[in-house]
Amino acid sequence: MIADRPILRRTGAAFAALVLLLFALGVGAAVGETAIPLDVVAKTVANRLWHAGYALEPIDEGIIWNYRLSRAMVAACCGSALALCGVILQSLLRNALADPYILGISAGASTGAVSVAILGIGAGALTLPAGAFLGAIVAFGLVSALALRAGRGTSAIILAGIAGSQLFNALTSFIVTKAASAEQARGIMFWLLGNLSGVRWPDVWLALPVAILGLIVCLWHARALDAFTFGTESAASLGIPVRRVYVVLIAISALLTATMVSIVGSIGFVGLVIPHAARMVVGVRHGLLLPASALIGAIFMIAADVLSRVIIPGQVLPIGVITALFGAPAFALILSQRRSAL
Amino acid sequence: MTLSSKNLHWSAGGAAILSDVSLDVRPGEFLGIIGPNGSGKTSLMSLLSGIRKPQAGSVLLDGKPLSEHGRQAIARRIAFVEQQAETTERITARQAVELGRTPHLGALTPWSRADDAIVDRALEEVDMAHFAGRLWHTLSGGERQRLHIARALAQQSPILLLDEPTNHLDIGHQISLLQLVREQDLTVVAALHDLNHAAMFCDRIAVMQAGRIVALGTPAKVLEPQRLQAVFGVTVDVERDAGGGCFIRYRRPEPRPPRLKLVAGEGT
Repeated sequence: MIADRPILRRTGAAFAALVLLLFALGVGAAVGETAIPLDVVAKTVANRLWHAGYALEPIDEGIIWNYRLSRAMVAACCGSALALCGVILQSLLRNALADPYILGISAGASTGAVSVAILGIGAGALTLPAGAFLGAIVAFGLVSALALRAGRGTSAIILAGIAGSQLFNALTSFIVTKAASAEQARGIMFWLLGNLSGVRWPDVWLALPVAILGLIVCLWHARALDAFTFGTESAASLGIPVRRVYVVLIAISALLTATMVSIVGSIGFVGLVIPHAARMVVGVRHGLLLPASALIGAIFMIAADVLSRVIIPGQVLPIGVITALFGAPAFALILSQRRSAL
Repeated sequence: MTLSSKNLHWSAGGAAILSDVSLDVRPGEFLGIIGPNGSGKTSLMSLLSGIRKPQAGSVLLDGKPLSEHGRQAIARRIAFVEQQAETTERITARQAVELGRTPHLGALTPWSRADDAIVDRALEEVDMAHFAGRLWHTLSGGERQRLHIARALAQQSPILLLDEPTNHLDIGHQISLLQLVREQDLTVVAALHDLNHAAMFCDRIAVMQAGRIVALGTPAKVLEPQRLQAVFGVTVDVERDAGGGCFIRYRRPEPRPPRLKLVAGEGT
């Protein structure tokens, strides 16, 4: 019977996490310029999913279902995906400062987005998210190729990522200054800082499966990630097929990041800070760290989105501003803590 | 369970590190590898463990090249303790040892009480059970080294490869660690620096020089003054006891003759 207890405890923790996440989604849908009570949110969901037939204000129901809930869902997916990427990249590259954008993905996505929005590449057939996704994949391919040529090893990937990011950020700036009107430049700035305003249900159906796939793949590799604690050679001697794990996990983090960036723009600090925060709460074991990071990332992003909508009445701030405003001080705190630990 | 190498070659940056190294490790023996810095001990260990692939030749495990075994299958048979594996993660001593169970656990296999018992025993064997809860970065170099050994023991592989396992240890822990390894029912290959430890604990010793094995045999046979002079450049006396053991006594080098001063412009 005692042997069953860890399983019970795990099931309990998973259930608590789910409740917490649903509550956060509910709050995310309830709070806004017009505050709507939580029970109306619940009734709306019941109406839409099971035709429960509650009598509600159509406007409230519309706001919740068509705008806020989809938005909160995408925020959650995005937060958990970026946090997961942060965990696996920090572990694989053995670098506490690694984040999802270290592979040049966000820079590439920006270039892709401005190419479509300002230069009109794709002649209307390419949407801005599609352009961003393509740009992200191209940048990731270039960075990987450069890292492979520079030799294996984690510093090669990080250096290649820095080179790639610089190049694509410069390209983005070049296009914006050369070709954009003031109006376009403002719009693209807004996108670059992360923007959930245009998010609707089709975005959920893209973000949710990708985030769930990412979580499953990461959890599948939890023990392998633990084995990287003492480096790749130690991982290999513990029976980890190092190269395969690298390829699978780097590829999945590229997919996760590219997908999320293409939907909401590049949102900084989540992928960097959330894994560290989660480590403080649950420790360094990936079996716990991965789901905890995903949960904290999701809740943090929903909260950031709510804040971005209510902090200045009548105006929506780019969510990247909020995450960085809270992320940067949190990160400073982590840095000073690390120093005292060493 | 046999491990052997056939005509191994390994070079880095154009310089040959290992050339034509063939070695048969006998089941159950404690094989010491000695040699000066840069003689290829570490490279040989990493080729034997399968972490690096030889550029020519092969390492055979049960008669089959390592490359034909899966990574996990190798780890279940060969445990390897490399030099200076470090981490900045905030893991506990016990968690570091728990990693040794990795090759026995699939992605979905739950951690069991049997695993806990194996980790407990490994911690006790290296005399670290009382430090199980300590964080890695608070431990000394010697304590970390003992945990690496414990991790390898928790791996329960019949072949244990150790690359200079007694680095960072005080003399008491050096000897007790080698004794501990010796007492295990394992095949052990260890790169060692201390010739007297090699003499005390090894069944056979391989001597490496410039990437080749230049001698292989029992300590009494291999540890000869002329050979040690040729390989390490030290003058020694070897004392032998009745039981076939031997002890190396180093002689202090003669004071060097005063150096000749070079005159500027000499040789032109």
